Amino acid sequence: MKLVTAVIKPFKLDDVKQALEAFGVHGLTVTEASGYGRQRGHVEVYRGAEYEIDLVPKLRVEVLCDDADAADIVDAIVTAARTGTIGDGKVWVVPVEAVVRVRTGERGLAAL
Amino acid sequence: MPGDINGADTAWVLISAALVMLMIPGLALFYGGMVRVKNVLNMLMMSLSCLAVVTVVWVAYGYSLAFGPDAFGGLIGTLRYAGMAGVGVTDVTGTIPTPVFAAFQLMFAAITAALLSGSIADRARFSGWIVFVVIWSSLVYFPVAHWVFYSAHGHGGWIVDRLHAIDLAGGTVVELNSGVSGLALALVLGPRVGFRRDPMRPHNLPLVVLGAGLLWFGWFGFNAGSALASGGLAGVAFLNTQVAASTAVLGWLAVEKRRDGHATTLGAVSGAVAGLVAITPSCGSVNPLGALVIGLVAGVVCSYAVGWKFRFGYDDSLDVAGLHGVGGVVGMLLIGFLATAAVTGSARGLLYGGGFGQLGRQTVAVLAVGSYSFALTWLIAKAVDRFVGFRVARDDELAGLDLLVHGETAYDLGLQTAGVGHRLPGRHESGTPTRPADRPIAEQPH
Repeated sequence: MKLVTAVIKPFKLDDVKQALEAFGVHGLTVTEASGYGRQRGHVEVYRGAEYEIDLVPKLRVEVLCDDADAADIVDAIVTAARTGTIGDGKVWVVPVEAVVRVRTGERGLAAL
Repeated sequence: MPGDINGADTAWVLISAALVMLMIPGLALFYGGMVRVKNVLNMLMMSLSCLAVVTVVWVAYGYSLAFGPDAFGGLIGTLRYAGMAGVGVTDVTGTIPTPVFAAFQLMFAAITAALLSGSIADRARFSGWIVFVVIWSSLVYFPVAHWVFYSAHGHGGWIVDRLHAIDLAGGTVVELNSGVSGLALALVLGPRVGFRRDPMRPHNLPLVVLGAGLLWFGWFGFNAGSALASGGLAGVAFLNTQVAASTAVLGWLAVEKRRDGHATTLGAVSGAVAGLVAITPSCGSVNPLGALVIGLVAGVVCSYAVGWKFRFGYDDSLDVAGLHGVGGVVGMLLIGFLATAAVTGSARGLLYGGGFGQLGRQTVAVLAVGSYSFALTWLIAKAVDRFVGFRVARDDELAGLDLLVHGETAYDLGLQTAGVGHRLPGRHESGTPTRPADRPIAEQPH
């Protein structure tokens, strides 16, 4: 099994969710995150003073999936989250050792 | 001297006193929203504590120092009214009962001290602040209030009764005084850790807007109440207050839009306060067209003045000097141009054919109050820093004052703190797997 993690622009969440549902993903986890990459924040002005805000608000989307689906899910997310401008985010995949559904105790693929 | 009590005057000044009182929690929110999330409560407490502390000092001797008969050639009042002696149900000041006058003036003393707190946000020891407020009110506010607000037919406070400078509601006593004192305080305490490096954004702008709204509302009592009567002068002051606040908002926003690209919320409310500050001394001496000009000039000038601290390196954190100091000077000096005999009865400014006389008198008043406030405040702050301690330790400043000084947190937004508490022994449910004895818990790196 794999864990696909994507950091995306917050306003792209709806597009990403629709793409994942269309692909057949049944569950995901979304958390609010902040950070920076090449985008390096932005400038806000308060009472004439400029402040460089380097941490930009983002959403982190996590999806657990079968090994075989990982590449397609990554493609689905990347396509849906892309605007083509700087700060679109990142997607990465890591292997997962064990998954358990809390309610039933099912393990592995049955728990997805 | 006993006279007849006027019911309408009394009612209006009573209401005005309550309006000015409301400005203090308003100011607390205005300031509280502008600081970072770790220092909100401390900011609120610095204002609220003034309301309590100054009230006690006022009853003990403050009212008497400000409004007692002249001592030392009129530099301060005597202690004749200490403990509110001579402030009974039958005593009259003008056309209102003296207790009403004393209550109204008390609110001015309290909010002026509270205004100062903005210049030393995020870094002052609470005990040092309380001690400072008591000494500062005694040595700076009460004398200056005596100079300006105490009037006794040509023998009263020297700025109004002898110099004949115009300051209806406290452009010197409240605004310039707090602005200049705030600057001195900021210089003594030094800049916050990270000043000019870290973004110190306002953590809650809606709170700032709410506070500014309460200030604007209360300011009608502050200015129109200073007529000490319910009549034409109160009406003009009321209208001028509204007019100047409005043009100051527009002036500030115009500068921002041109200079920074956006008309901001913080700019709008800052402009409002700048305009209200500038119309404070002048609300009873100009007509509404004059108020239009005063507000506009204050909005534009103050929108630049708040940036000076970054150029010169003093951390007047919430712009007490930039708004109240500079706005107060703008209002005081523009009286010298825009005062009209149609409102004042006699005094006229430069633009109404009065020559340079009034402008000169306004300038003397500004210089006198400004230099006295700065020097005394600097000395008092130094003394408090030396003998009580005025600044928190660096680590405490970084951690934030709310939890450290007050033992509270402003916002519990659930997730971060939910369910955190002491786990009581014997609460593990049966069936929970227990760690085998041969697998000791690994040291968790912090």
